[in-house]
Amino acid sequence: MATSKKKKTVRKTAGETSAATAAPRRRARSAATVDPAERARVDAETVASIESLAGSIVEQSLGHIDPSFDVPTRSKSNVHFDAKARVLRMGDAAQQRLLFNLGQAKKFMQTVLVADGCRDLVRAGKTLSLRGMYYKSLHTIAGTKEKTFDGQDESDAVLEDLEVTLDALRENLHVFAKKRGTMVGNITVFDNGDEIDCRRMGTGGYAIPSICEPSVIQFGKCDAKFVLHVEKDTVWSRFNEDRFWEKHNCILTEGSGQPPRGVRRLLHRLNTELGLPVYCLLDCDPWGHYIYSVIKQGSINLAYESGRMAIPDARYLGIRADDYVRCELSDDVKIELDDRDRKRAREICEYPWFADRKHWQKEIKRMISNGFKMEVESLITKDISYVTETYVPERLAAKDWLD
Amino acid sequence: MASRQREISVSEFFAKNRHLLGFDNPRKALLTTVKEAVDNALDACEEAGILPDITVELLQLAETRFKVTIRDNGPGIVRKQIENIFGKLLYGSKFHRMKMSRGQQGIGISAAGMYGLMTTGQPVLIISKTGRRKPAHEVVLKMDTARNKAEVISETEHPEDDTLFADGHGTQVTIELEGRYQKGRASVDEYLEQTAIANPHASFTYITPTNETLEFPRAVDELPPEATEIKPHPKGIELGTLIQMLERTEKTQLGAFFKDEFCRVGPRVAKDICGKADLTDRTWVKQVGHAEAERLFKAIQDVRIMAPPTDCLVPIGTKAMLAGLLKEVKAEFFAASSRPAAVYRGNPFQIEVGIAYGGQLAGDDLARVIRFANRVPLLYQQSACCSFKAVVETAWRNYGLQQARSALPTGPLVVMIHMASTWVPFTSESKEAIADYDEIRKEMRLALQECGRKLGTYLRRRQRMRRESERRHVFARYIGEIAMACERITGTDAARVKTALEEIAATKTAEADQQLDDEGRVIDDGGRLAHDADVIILDGSGHGPGASDAGGGTDDAADGTLFGGGDGSKPRRGAARKKTRRKTTKKTGRGGSR
Repeated sequence: MATSKKKKTVRKTAGETSAATAAPRRRARSAATVDPAERARVDAETVASIESLAGSIVEQSLGHIDPSFDVPTRSKSNVHFDAKARVLRMGDAAQQRLLFNLGQAKKFMQTVLVADGCRDLVRAGKTLSLRGMYYKSLHTIAGTKEKTFDGQDESDAVLEDLEVTLDALRENLHVFAKKRGTMVGNITVFDNGDEIDCRRMGTGGYAIPSICEPSVIQFGKCDAKFVLHVEKDTVWSRFNEDRFWEKHNCILTEGSGQPPRGVRRLLHRLNTELGLPVYCLLDCDPWGHYIYSVIKQGSINLAYESGRMAIPDARYLGIRADDYVRCELSDDVKIELDDRDRKRAREICEYPWFADRKHWQKEIKRMISNGFKMEVESLITKDISYVTETYVPERLAAKDWLD
Repeated sequence: MASRQREISVSEFFAKNRHLLGFDNPRKALLTTVKEAVDNALDACEEAGILPDITVELLQLAETRFKVTIRDNGPGIVRKQIENIFGKLLYGSKFHRMKMSRGQQGIGISAAGMYGLMTTGQPVLIISKTGRRKPAHEVVLKMDTARNKAEVISETEHPEDDTLFADGHGTQVTIELEGRYQKGRASVDEYLEQTAIANPHASFTYITPTNETLEFPRAVDELPPEATEIKPHPKGIELGTLIQMLERTEKTQLGAFFKDEFCRVGPRVAKDICGKADLTDRTWVKQVGHAEAERLFKAIQDVRIMAPPTDCLVPIGTKAMLAGLLKEVKAEFFAASSRPAAVYRGNPFQIEVGIAYGGQLAGDDLARVIRFANRVPLLYQQSACCSFKAVVETAWRNYGLQQARSALPTGPLVVMIHMASTWVPFTSESKEAIADYDEIRKEMRLALQECGRKLGTYLRRRQRMRRESERRHVFARYIGEIAMACERITGTDAARVKTALEEIAATKTAEADQQLDDEGRVIDDGGRLAHDADVIILDGSGHGPGASDAGGGTDDAADGTLFGGGDGSKPRRGAARKKTRRKTTKKTGRGGSR
């Protein structure tokens, strides 16, 4: 049933994009741009929710009630695994944030300040980076030497709180994160109206923006048949230099370790809107396994966004624990597992979304019994292009992956 | 061989073994000289009922040569006693009696004179005046160590208008000796400072080798009551002493002997002792031989005898101790406790403890223990001293201080321990450490614990106060920001929101205060501390350390002060203004906050 649904989407998007590309460039641009009215509607909604938050605080204060608001809890305790959809979902638990509580007073103030800053942004129709947002709300509290924020960490956390509180995404609050992640491949995208041909990106690739919402990024012509996501840019460069995406007709992405929201959103959209399967090539260590888990099921911290980011049918291509034997790698590539790695591996093993996957249990246990981890680069010891010319094509041909 | 055998005089023995008396090295010799002279001066003044005014002057003649002059306003010494007191070892009024006093053996000052003579060849100069109408005698004395006698080199009588003694009477001793002057631990400065703490009724003027004048003013205008003399307690004597007493007594019968020569022995007890020794109270003393004496000694140990009277002890008293600490230690919390008198080996004794915490005391050092025996500071051999062990074995962690295993507690703390006794058991003749008797250690521990509990209460209270004020401040700080942000978003007047929030905050913190009141116990403790006569808290509100120092402490935050000379005080004072130490502001500044 899932496949038929996906096919439908593919057909639909394919139809749209072909129409767009057939048209002259000028027209394509306008066609790709999102409806300004739609954007205005979202912005108005955001502003309204900020105003209602502030309004409730004022109302409570004037009514001599302890001012408070509810912040949905963003911790593992409030995250559950939706076994049917195979994504993480946030529960209903919420924490009251009180002004008159020693531990929360400062956060309360910070949330109000950030809300005020976001409202300014939305009304001005501009966007700011997370760091920019930190500076916007940063000042010394009148009559003291204390600053409103001790560091960007604090404002980032408060912003995430605000997202869940207002039920508005960071994108809707007009805040974005630092760009991370790169893409290249058989696809054309429209980024804020500019047509970008990802086949002609040189050695650098297309930097995936932090906001990959349909209002900013639209897909153009796409011939690729799948997406290969690799862990970091060093490996990505290897694949790009060998023109892997050309030979195998795919899209090649990279997320600089744990992929940021933009990359995950883009992968999700490539998967759902264009129906491209996503394969991941990650290190054989707990860190790599968790990256896969985040791509597939979503992260605990951003569980409220899982629906827009998780790719339940993403596949794990490698590196596998038995590659050391299978590829006849030398002893030099072994990196010993330390106690922290073992502890993390066991934790991952127990996540409900891994617990019912026998082959994953086997894989992690194999890694622990091996006693070492391996990076994707370890394949370079075989041959410089072993990973692009032999390893990945063989795995794909043999349909040898973990799901 | 026999011809080479001859008697050794006591003086000769001590001349060769001067370390036994505290003249081990030049540095210590200087201190011991000052100490012996000051102890004698204080004893003399107190016995004569005079509030002591003592001047100590150290004049540096060469790198290692000093002229030490100590002048008191005591009763003076009659001319014919001068040679004996200053020139003869083991001559004194204090050895043969059971009375609490600083000196005990009668060795001190003459030994100092002897040391001076040996190291510099210079005799001792004494000027003494016994009354306004009497002439002052100036005597130059030289010790003859072989004969334990003094030789008068010259003597002059001065006319009546001697300017040395403002009160018309007093004594001045000048000794030239080889010594070394050094500040810091176990220095003359420290000795005088600690003496001033334990003797708040005395005032000291100290002229240092660098010609600075330090004043240690009087804090209490009342002399301690004079100690009464008591007879030995039977349980406190040894067999040899008993035999000696039997030989010397004027009584003829045993019953009378026990009744008259000992304290706490009545007819019944005397009878009991004699009975147990198979003798009667009518037995002639003359008939008591060695064997009988031994039986008597055993009998004494078996008989129940009332503990010796303790009214012969003169403790410093918690009030005076606090006054002494207050004027010399720059701290914010002071507590003192005085134990009831107790007995070790038939000797009555009493332990007093005072502690000073916080203020300008250095916070990350080990606590300082200052030890006193009969008001005399003990500066050497700290770790061998019973009092030091008592401080170490006290669990200071219970009172909110850090303490490493078998070490002194860490923190801005000064612990003062005083032992008053008719006979302080020193570990050696140089009187540096108190011997470790279980009874003494136990009393010390109990006194320390009492002070410690008060300190713990204070520290907990202070911490709670800090949390409370923090709570109030936190809310006050953020309310303004929130009100302004809300105004920008909703357009509601910030002032209105702010007032409303401040009102809620006020009720909130009031609620918190109420809660603490209702819980009762903790707050109550604070109240008790405030009304405790044995506790002084400067800046009673306890809002953070340093608040009080800024006010009262700046002017008199003494430079070379051994206590509380911490980081805070040093940069504040210019070198120019530290010549004279003024402490007059303190009484008003600090006393008011009690």
